[in-house]
Amino acid sequence: MRRLPVSLLVGGTLLLVFVACALVPGWFAPYNPDAFNYTALLARPSGAHLFGTDQFGRDILSRTIWAAAVDLQIAIFAVIFPLLIGSVIGLFVGWYEGWLDIVFGRLVDLVVTFPFLVIVIAIVAILGPGLVNMYIAIATVGWVFYARLMRGEVLVQKHADYVAAARGLGYSTPRILFRHILPNAIRPVLVYSVTDMALEILLGSSLGYLGLGAQPPTAEWGVLIADGKNFFTQAPWTSLFPGIAIVLAGLAFSLTGDGLASLFELRR
Amino acid sequence: MSRGTWLVGRLLQIIPTLLLIGVVVFVLVHLLPGDIVTSMLGDHATKQAVANLRRSLGLDRTLAEQFVLFVRNALRGSFGDSLAHGIPVARLIAQRLPVTAMLTAMAVVIAVVLAVPLAFVAALRAERAPDIAIRVAFQVGLSSPIFYVGLVLLSVFAAWLRWFPVGGYGSGFLDHIYHLILPAFALALSLSAILMRNLRAAILGVIRAEYVDFARAKGIAARLVLFRHVLRNALIATVTLLGLSIGSLLGGAVVTETVFAVPGVGRLMVDSIFARDYPVIEALTLILAVVVSITFLATDILQMVLDPRIGR
Repeated sequence: MRRLPVSLLVGGTLLLVFVACALVPGWFAPYNPDAFNYTALLARPSGAHLFGTDQFGRDILSRTIWAAAVDLQIAIFAVIFPLLIGSVIGLFVGWYEGWLDIVFGRLVDLVVTFPFLVIVIAIVAILGPGLVNMYIAIATVGWVFYARLMRGEVLVQKHADYVAAARGLGYSTPRILFRHILPNAIRPVLVYSVTDMALEILLGSSLGYLGLGAQPPTAEWGVLIADGKNFFTQAPWTSLFPGIAIVLAGLAFSLTGDGLASLFELRR
Repeated sequence: MSRGTWLVGRLLQIIPTLLLIGVVVFVLVHLLPGDIVTSMLGDHATKQAVANLRRSLGLDRTLAEQFVLFVRNALRGSFGDSLAHGIPVARLIAQRLPVTAMLTAMAVVIAVVLAVPLAFVAALRAERAPDIAIRVAFQVGLSSPIFYVGLVLLSVFAAWLRWFPVGGYGSGFLDHIYHLILPAFALALSLSAILMRNLRAAILGVIRAEYVDFARAKGIAARLVLFRHVLRNALIATVTLLGLSIGSLLGGAVVTETVFAVPGVGRLMVDSIFARDYPVIEALTLILAVVVSITFLATDILQMVLDPRIGR
């Protein structure tokens, strides 16, 4: 058994903490995240409120914990659709090559000329702000990166002996693609998707901060920071702690991704 | 293939790219679900107002006609008037673009100044304490969203220590620089992290490469070897990465300018979204993509100049 990389251990542990917060926030949060408390407005961090309170006396720690569910949801939904669409397209592009590959190459060149955040917010601008439209915007552009990765992997795999064997047995192309090549080619794609989740949490919270992602009163880390920014000089804890949560969540995913990559000895 | 032909080929490549950028932006604005006219005027607009706006936007024509019109106008630099500002979109963007250019340029300088020495230290002390400390610090930098870094910088250096202004752009060149230092730092952080990581790998690759051993064997002083060979390769890696990062820098500028109230195109983009100022959004998406593709072109050419192997 190979030794687990340190980054995987640290990242994985952090990730477990976040997943636990997201699944059962009620077990960890000391207060109702939406309960107003007019006796403790903008209260400093203390024994009663570890992270302090906001302008309505809501407990920041509880809000930060409840927000984990929303931000992890962002990490999953912002990745799963590009992953599914991109993998299938990459599979076909890598298999058939030819004109399909030429068209795909041009498409990749084109997509990378649009600053990702700019094209995403342009699409959100037209569809309207909100999480669902944000997922649509991200999937519209993001699948290309997964397809590129999958294509490269298929180009290698299709010359493997097992593919020749499957062909010799007369298996249909879809069967070879999905039953044989896909399981062998998916690993780098899945590892990348973990790293991508870190990026999507940063993107999702940025859009939340700008008012284009999750909409208040939804507790989402970016939204919490935006809520607190007007009180940042007098009550910095309102934004400080949700921000630390973002950084730690980003670290959790990127360390896990790095760790998985070195565990499977993938080139990066 | 001679370098001349390579260059001409690369230059010509940009034409289909620009045309396709135009198609994408056109499709984005004209074909996505949701009627722009309704969202611009609201649900309670009169039929007459809707018809007038449709005509003035050219929406009453066929799609093909609209596209030709769009391309012709874009080539002339004419994007209509801003709905929110009442002045031509082109003039509005021309006012704001230099601000973003300056912010981005400063961020690049800061990122390079931070990353290059640290990458050398990390590579030369690879897998030892300095290397690990630097890599951890940069991993944290990479996981910190720009708006949060910006907010922390603002509260510490502007609100608390009062070393820098809390936002805005000031007047006069030096004042602009003074106003943009904090935003540029926020924008530079993740770029310098990525740059650091790549440079470290590039330097390690060169140090372990055979030609450095060869140069040493020839009796060239170790320090000179490092400078000549490592620096040259590191430079090529840096130029490539900086060129490829232009898109994420411009995206980051959108957030940075919003946090620091910097009057550049990024803030204009966000403001325009909330003002439903579609001509501005359309023009900005187009122009930023064009900026990126021209930067890619310039990067390729610069790479050719730096690396004698390309284009031969």
